[in-house]
Amino acid sequence: MAYWKIAVPLGALGLTALLFAAVLETPLAGKAAAQAAANAAAVRIDNFNFTPLTLVVAPGTTVTWTNADDTPHTVREKDGKFKSAALDTDDTFSQAFTAPGEYEYFCSIHPRMVGKIVVKPAGKSS
Amino acid sequence: MADRDDKDLIGVATMNRRGLLKCMGWAGTGVVWGLSGGVPRTLGLIGEASAAEVKQAGLTFVQISDSHIGFHLPPNPDPRATLSEAIDKIKAMPKQPAFLVHTGDISHLSKEQEWDDADQVIKSANKQVFFLPGEHDVADADNGKAYLARYGKDTKGKGWYSFDMAGVHFIGLINVFEFQPGFKSAGLAKIGDEQLEWLEKDVAGRSASTPIVLMAHLPLWTIYEQWGWGTADAGRALGYLKRFGSVTVLNGHIHQIIQKVEGNVTFHTAASTAFPQPAPGTAPGPGPMKEVPAEELHKYLGVRTVNYVRGKGAPALIDSSLVA
Repeated sequence: MAYWKIAVPLGALGLTALLFAAVLETPLAGKAAAQAAANAAAVRIDNFNFTPLTLVVAPGTTVTWTNADDTPHTVREKDGKFKSAALDTDDTFSQAFTAPGEYEYFCSIHPRMVGKIVVKPAGKSS
Repeated sequence: MADRDDKDLIGVATMNRRGLLKCMGWAGTGVVWGLSGGVPRTLGLIGEASAAEVKQAGLTFVQISDSHIGFHLPPNPDPRATLSEAIDKIKAMPKQPAFLVHTGDISHLSKEQEWDDADQVIKSANKQVFFLPGEHDVADADNGKAYLARYGKDTKGKGWYSFDMAGVHFIGLINVFEFQPGFKSAGLAKIGDEQLEWLEKDVAGRSASTPIVLMAHLPLWTIYEQWGWGTADAGRALGYLKRFGSVTVLNGHIHQIIQKVEGNVTFHTAASTAFPQPAPGTAPGPGPMKEVPAEELHKYLGVRTVNYVRGKGAPALIDSSLVA
């Protein structure tokens, strides 16, 4: 499935960042910053679709949605855990994920558009 | 209609080209024609069949829709200018409408500046305007708070309302708040229980001969489920209106004119004043038809005049394009 292609390198990156930080005994803030920089992932919005439909990331990952469509869209978690304003063409929305779990979201302008972020520690099988 | 101008009717230009249900209807003399899959068929007679009567001396109003102020891409980089042309067209009408209704997507991105611009253009018509929100008007992160603060005064619940004019009962329904996210469904719009309960009470006790105009942004019948062009609980709303002799449903949202007759209910989606969207299923998605050349854009945009004639139950509808 498509999302594994993305999940594996991200997980590896996250782990590397963690190990690197631990070895160097970086202060907490620095560690978090290093992790944030390493743990970034993207969802592209185009032609009324979120791609990838399901994105698997490690805790601490910031996901950025980019609207590449010529129609505005929103990103709204189904229970309101996170939500964007309307994103015009080329606008972005970012959300950090710390707690493991599954986050289903949709576009409130075009609610048939749905997607999912799965947050789980690297190396854990599903 | 004596003042009808064939070349000025929306749908004529696009009918052959897109082979889509495009039609025009007017009361009394009118037969509604549908063209579906290239085969024309009558959908039904409107007008005389209705038992209802407009008690007063007739009523004319105008529907505009989907002005999308803030949109800035092909095929229309300046929807403010085309809205302005629509308003100019209304101002030039020989029989001036009593009021205007805007069936939603006033703005493109729920921004105050977009509504400011729209209001400034629309107010030049010097008419009372009844607004309904489209999903683009409640796309702020606060779920429509900005729209309701601005347009929701004197309304019930989350912006719905009703009023009477010249013996006609108007109902403004909101179907842009309770979307069903498409996780396990088609992602259709919803009216919601609270509003439906209000609607049931609102029409209870009214005479069945009262003509009803039911307005909402999204269509109140499922035009194309794959694109979310429908309202999941519309059937319940229409159930409360079953006993009425004339029910006219006015929607926006799909930026093209599609009409349907079902018993005493006629459904009419309206043209946009900003840009057209593809006929159902004819494109990968329902986005703007960016390929429309500038010189053809105005054929797809328009305003709708609704005319209740004394003694007739159902109104005459005339869709006029923005072609000069």
